[in-house]
Amino acid sequence: MSVEAPVRAETGTRRPRAFASLVKALGISWVRDRSQVFFNLILPGMFLVLLVSVYGSNETPVPSVLEVGDVPVLERAEPGDFEVSGAADLDAALEALEEGDADAAIVQDGEAVTVYYSQTNATTGVIALEQLSALVDDVNVAVLSEAAPDTPVLELETDAAEDNSLEPVQYLAPGILAWGIAISGVFGAAGTLVDWKRDKLIRRLHLTPASAGTFVGARITVSLLVALLQTALFLAVAVAMGMELSAWTWFAVPLVLLGTAAFLAIGVVIGGIAKTGPGAAGLSNMVTMPMAFISGAFFPLTAAPQWVQWLSVISPMRYLNDGLQAVVVQGASPAAVLPEIAFMAVFAAVVAVFAWKTFKFDEL
Amino acid sequence: MDAAIEVNDLQKTYRGRRTGEVRAVDGVSFRVEAGEFFGILGPNGAGKTTTLEIVEGLRRPDGGEVRLLGQSPWPHSPALSQRMGVQLQASSFFEFLTVREQIETFAELYGASRARAAEMLEQVGLSDKARTRCQKLSGGQQQRLSIACALVGDPELVFLDEPTAALDPQARRNLWDLMRSINDEGRTVVLTTHYMEEAEALCDRVAIMDAGRILAVDSPAELIRGLDAPTRVTVAAGQLSEERAKELAEGETAASDDEAVVFETRDPQRLLTALAAEGALDGLAVRTANLEDVFLNVTGREWRE
Repeated sequence: MSVEAPVRAETGTRRPRAFASLVKALGISWVRDRSQVFFNLILPGMFLVLLVSVYGSNETPVPSVLEVGDVPVLERAEPGDFEVSGAADLDAALEALEEGDADAAIVQDGEAVTVYYSQTNATTGVIALEQLSALVDDVNVAVLSEAAPDTPVLELETDAAEDNSLEPVQYLAPGILAWGIAISGVFGAAGTLVDWKRDKLIRRLHLTPASAGTFVGARITVSLLVALLQTALFLAVAVAMGMELSAWTWFAVPLVLLGTAAFLAIGVVIGGIAKTGPGAAGLSNMVTMPMAFISGAFFPLTAAPQWVQWLSVISPMRYLNDGLQAVVVQGASPAAVLPEIAFMAVFAAVVAVFAWKTFKFDEL
Repeated sequence: MDAAIEVNDLQKTYRGRRTGEVRAVDGVSFRVEAGEFFGILGPNGAGKTTTLEIVEGLRRPDGGEVRLLGQSPWPHSPALSQRMGVQLQASSFFEFLTVREQIETFAELYGASRARAAEMLEQVGLSDKARTRCQKLSGGQQQRLSIACALVGDPELVFLDEPTAALDPQARRNLWDLMRSINDEGRTVVLTTHYMEEAEALCDRVAIMDAGRILAVDSPAELIRGLDAPTRVTVAAGQLSEERAKELAEGETAASDDEAVVFETRDPQRLLTALAAEGALDGLAVRTANLEDVFLNVTGREWRE
């Protein structure tokens, strides 16, 4: 006993140092892998910029209208409502519509106003049609009010039902961040395991005083640090795009860590099955892509069919998305996201146990 | 003196879906003395690596017992790991790290200093490659770095699993010198190899292994002597008539063809003196028995590398 004791004490104090040097070594190799850096840190931000530009353009396009002959009703339009240009005759105007060069053509013959709208530019064609109808109605109301000034008319005002302050970046960012965390975790764990099977690094490290457990712990720590870095960077991009962060945003940290744990567990299952790097990437895609769509990562779940909403119940990405939405965007307190936290914790634990039971440790 | 390694009746069976049951290690026992250079020699698939992995503590045997420096290697013991250094078949490096970062990481795991890490790079001749990424090293350089990582903790016991496999002959010879120097420093070395001449050149004692069993253990010289095999003496044809060759053989075997006359003798000194007196030493080749013949003798089949 007296001989054993000092040796144990020495290795005991060395463990934190070994852990730190493993985190450092794994961190360096992570940072030097440029494709990893791009995939984990840049890609989610890029996706945010892209999707905000696609979904986020709230400006209604100005319909371009061809005026065939003289159309007095157009003179009553507000400036900027239409982009009006002249057409030689109706045939030329219809041809232009077919080509998609304009959204609508308008002809006025006395009291009869005819609108031809484009099927080629279906969306803007309909918008042009609606706005021209409204214009004709307005003119009619004005004429009738003049004739009977004492008769009251109904006035219509419209406004979007959603909170005006919810910019597209506000509802898109949490979903894309959840997706980014998911791909980092799943691809990262699966790819790392395939590398370990090939290089046998874990075997080698198991034969140092540090043991395999310390090494696996260090690798998980690097993944968690990457997830936090990714979150910070992503939110910075989101803020630059006009996102407003709530006071509870800091609670994204435990959510992201817990989500990462769940996705790492999925990645370990995949890494246990896959034999090669491309195989691991393929399987990871097979899991994360559908998961992104059933979790409302790229569009609100309310727009999805009922069966998709049911499927989303088992997706950890959905809970991460909901949780982030709640604390970062809506400013809900941590207590409000307890169900999300509970689900992710249970999911991570169940999948981790499954991975542990099915993993062929001999292959490492 | 205590044994560095004691292995008793190891058993390991793999159950593969397609291959069925494979007895990778089948009753292996051996003992390695402290300071010894011990070789495990056998063809690919003989069970050398599995045996080594069990001895190192990477695998748990189905049966049998291992004592390393008086302790069991299973389960993992940091104190024991501190006293041994391991080089595995795959070069296990952290990706994207340079040679220096690699060895310094291992040094930290063993609680060794940076100076010690630099010293190890010097010993394996990689000081000028310190800033190179490990994956860019040649095969021989990678093995050297692996060995440096194995030595950085100043181990008493060093395991080398086929370090020269897939190396060109020059790199192999360079590595031999390195391995000899490790043993000369007083470390116990266990080497697996499928190169006969490597085992013969380096090992104090060799265990010949095939199909999961150890068939013979002794020093290479003793193993060869035990064969009691004749020496083959070959000279170019055209110097001796068939009759004269028979006379010089003095009752031993002599065979001639268009190219050479081949004698098999147990008294090479007499035969060579006679051939020299005859002036018939053109194209002389003398081949004594080697470990290949020992393998043939103990397994009953030809060596295949």
